[in-house]
Amino acid sequence: MTLGLIGKKLGMTQIFDKEGVLIPVTLIEAGPCPILQKKEKGKHGYCALQLGFDKKPERLVSKPESGLFKKINLAPTRIIREFRVDDSSSYELGQALDVSIFEEGERVNVEGVSKGRGFQGTIKRWHGHRGPESHGSKYHRGVGSMGGSSDPSRVRKGKKMPGQMGNKQRTMLNLKVIGMQKDKNIIMVKGSIPGHTNAYVLICKKQKKEAKAAKR
Amino acid sequence: MNPKIKEFEAAQLKSNLPNFRPGDTIRVAVRIKEGDKERIQNFEGVCIRRCGSGMRETFTVRRVSYGVGMERVFPLHSPRVETITIVREGKVRRAKLYYQRELRGKKARIMERKKAEPAVPQQPAEQSADN
Repeated sequence: MTLGLIGKKLGMTQIFDKEGVLIPVTLIEAGPCPILQKKEKGKHGYCALQLGFDKKPERLVSKPESGLFKKINLAPTRIIREFRVDDSSSYELGQALDVSIFEEGERVNVEGVSKGRGFQGTIKRWHGHRGPESHGSKYHRGVGSMGGSSDPSRVRKGKKMPGQMGNKQRTMLNLKVIGMQKDKNIIMVKGSIPGHTNAYVLICKKQKKEAKAAKR
Repeated sequence: MNPKIKEFEAAQLKSNLPNFRPGDTIRVAVRIKEGDKERIQNFEGVCIRRCGSGMRETFTVRRVSYGVGMERVFPLHSPRVETITIVREGKVRRAKLYYQRELRGKKARIMERKKAEPAVPQQPAEQSADN
């Protein structure tokens, strides 16, 4: 995960661009995220920043946690997440990152936990077809065939079946940053993102092409 | 709706819109792009519907030209909708005037509403003789 911010999904709306084209956007209240810890190459073996977001009441802070916040002299935060960076030495502990780390028109990935839909059948979960409702049919919303009886005479792995739907970590890739309001810590991305309103999400910068190639 | 989204939307809404209702005859000045030139085209007809709220609000204008009914839906707050002028205020008893689609000629008339207050005339933009 590359450098990014922790945010809260506010919801969706629409805006017009200069041409008058209507764009669907999701508003995210992102940052300011104070740097709580720095991971360094020499010490930890990799470079990363630990960021916090959203205030946490004192009564909810555990003792080990309070030690961390006391050390850097910051108010406790509800969410703590780590973001990988190329070089953490240019950042300072306690420094707050805000939406200005992003640019307009940039592509970002947004990660969050999708809305939970509970235990669902194959029709809703996998867009399966249903059987006839009447004319003597007794097969309505079932799974359908499980596979051949003599060959392979077992259910193939990955067969689409009923089960828990949603409430899973999901990442939306390549969302365009339409704009931001620095004073209100609001960032707009085109399209939808996972999760319900007020859900915490991570907005990450795209990995540079060279860095990606180097990894391979 | 989230109050922060409401606030965000409020900043984008047009403030100089005339207070028109379904039943009113309105003239909409629409920006049209032709190649790299931009011009303004007028579309005049009866507003038969206002739909939605906030940034999503749209209105539908119906006109009958050469015996063919034609409806256009405009997003109210679109920058392409330059101005909206009320030509005539109509008296109707419904919010959606879909019944107008089945009516022709004299039956399609709409009575004029008595004006309680003079409608604020909007500055009509430069218009090309079109439509």
